Amino acid sequence: MIFKFIENLGAKALYYLSDLGRMGVFLFRVLAGVFKRPFRYRAVLGQLREIGANSLGVIFFTAAFTGMVLGLQGYYTLRKFGSEGLLGSAVSLSLLREMGPVLTALMVTGRAGSAMCAEIGIMRNSEQIDALECMAVDPFRYLITPKFVAILIAVPLLTMIFNVVGICGGYLAGVKMLGVNPGAFFSGMESSVVNRDISMGIIKALVFAVLIVWICTGRGYYVDKIDGAGYGAEGVSRVTTQAVVLSSISILVWDYILTAMLL
Amino acid sequence: MTEPIIELVDVVKDFGSQRILDHVNLEIYGGRTTVIAGGSGQGKSVTLKLILGLLKPDSGAILVKGRDVTAMGRGELNELRSVFGVLFQGAALLDSLNVFDNVALPLRERTKLRREEIRDRVINTLVQLGLVGHDEKFPAQLSGGMKKRVGLARALQLQPEIMLFDEPTTGLDPEKTLEIYQLFFETQRRFGYTSVIVSHDIPKVFNLADQVVVLNGGKLVAFDRPEEIQLCEIPEIQAFVKATMGHLYHSSDLE
Repeated sequence: MIFKFIENLGAKALYYLSDLGRMGVFLFRVLAGVFKRPFRYRAVLGQLREIGANSLGVIFFTAAFTGMVLGLQGYYTLRKFGSEGLLGSAVSLSLLREMGPVLTALMVTGRAGSAMCAEIGIMRNSEQIDALECMAVDPFRYLITPKFVAILIAVPLLTMIFNVVGICGGYLAGVKMLGVNPGAFFSGMESSVVNRDISMGIIKALVFAVLIVWICTGRGYYVDKIDGAGYGAEGVSRVTTQAVVLSSISILVWDYILTAMLL
Repeated sequence: MTEPIIELVDVVKDFGSQRILDHVNLEIYGGRTTVIAGGSGQGKSVTLKLILGLLKPDSGAILVKGRDVTAMGRGELNELRSVFGVLFQGAALLDSLNVFDNVALPLRERTKLRREEIRDRVINTLVQLGLVGHDEKFPAQLSGGMKKRVGLARALQLQPEIMLFDEPTTGLDPEKTLEIYQLFFETQRRFGYTSVIVSHDIPKVFNLADQVVVLNGGKLVAFDRPEEIQLCEIPEIQAFVKATMGHLYHSSDLE
């Protein structure tokens, strides 16, 4: 009984170690693909449309309502201290440093990350990736690198859009609905927000972008090697769910680590 | 006889505790058609993947044109793969690309040909394989036989020396199967490639075969002529012949 337990524990440890190694090599090969010529501009533009432009709607709505909630909650909290004038600072700093990058990354994971994982997983299962290898076409450079470059461009831009729309939402709730002085709202924001707050948000967005594309495409690429994932459509479905969960958790964990490092 | 173009030397391949290939030796000669037959799960497709370097054997060597695939790095392997064309069981067309783009893919990615030259070569191949008018269609809009034709068109773009066919007629009706075999025969005559066909479509595939090898229980038995398979005294092979062929088979039956 005890020997069986130790054996299973060892097997699991070996599996996770080899999985980590595999994912490390995966990231290295994706990065190497960025520097290989010719650069695949058209593929990157296509992915920018898929990951960036097609995510605008969901980002817009999430940002607007997040900003409005921040405006409402911030107003009632600050009113207790007679500091409603600080609402602009509270809304903008919350969005720029935390809510903007984190919620954008979570939305992109749900919308584009899951699609990437399923697409690559299906390509693996239907031997399309094997076919590329047989034609001596590097599947990393052909399939993954354009997604990697596009997400590195798209997520910071989406985060900036999220911040602007979120601040407008906070303005709408605080100023237009609850009567906060518009001058106080904007002057508070102007006096409290510094470049460091914006750069922190961009750094977070870049790190989250790498996590999303690494985890989601990596899980899809190795769909046939993941323990307990199963086969065929069921395997792809399980691995996609796993990729979204793992990616979301990683974003939250790295948000804490980056905040602690950058504060 | 000349040197074999592909050689498997004492190859062993296990998946977990299951031994798929057990000290297999095989020689495939240039310009000939070798059929690898055997029941499901006997390691036929694994053999193809080992030849292509998509899988590594647990022991043994796989020589392609005298070079050991198992000892090659990624760069060498990519270089070597340019001698192969592969037609996968499900054709493995990229489902986000239309027929034209699928066929043009190897030319765009592996050559420095200009756009017009690529277009001309692709259209020429589509005409030869009877795919005119289908170039805008996506794989999901094609029949099984049509997909195989597109897969063959794509595989032939870089004029391979060796063509590997993985279960090329699976899922096709008898008429389409015959059509695909005729296509193999015509393209092999035109392009002069060495052909390795993995199939359980016995005995029809024997029409194309110069050599037949049967995989059984991880072991491999080679026959110089298709009809020799029926004279084999190994009980498992006799059972396989009985299950797949039924009646006695002679070369004189062949066209």
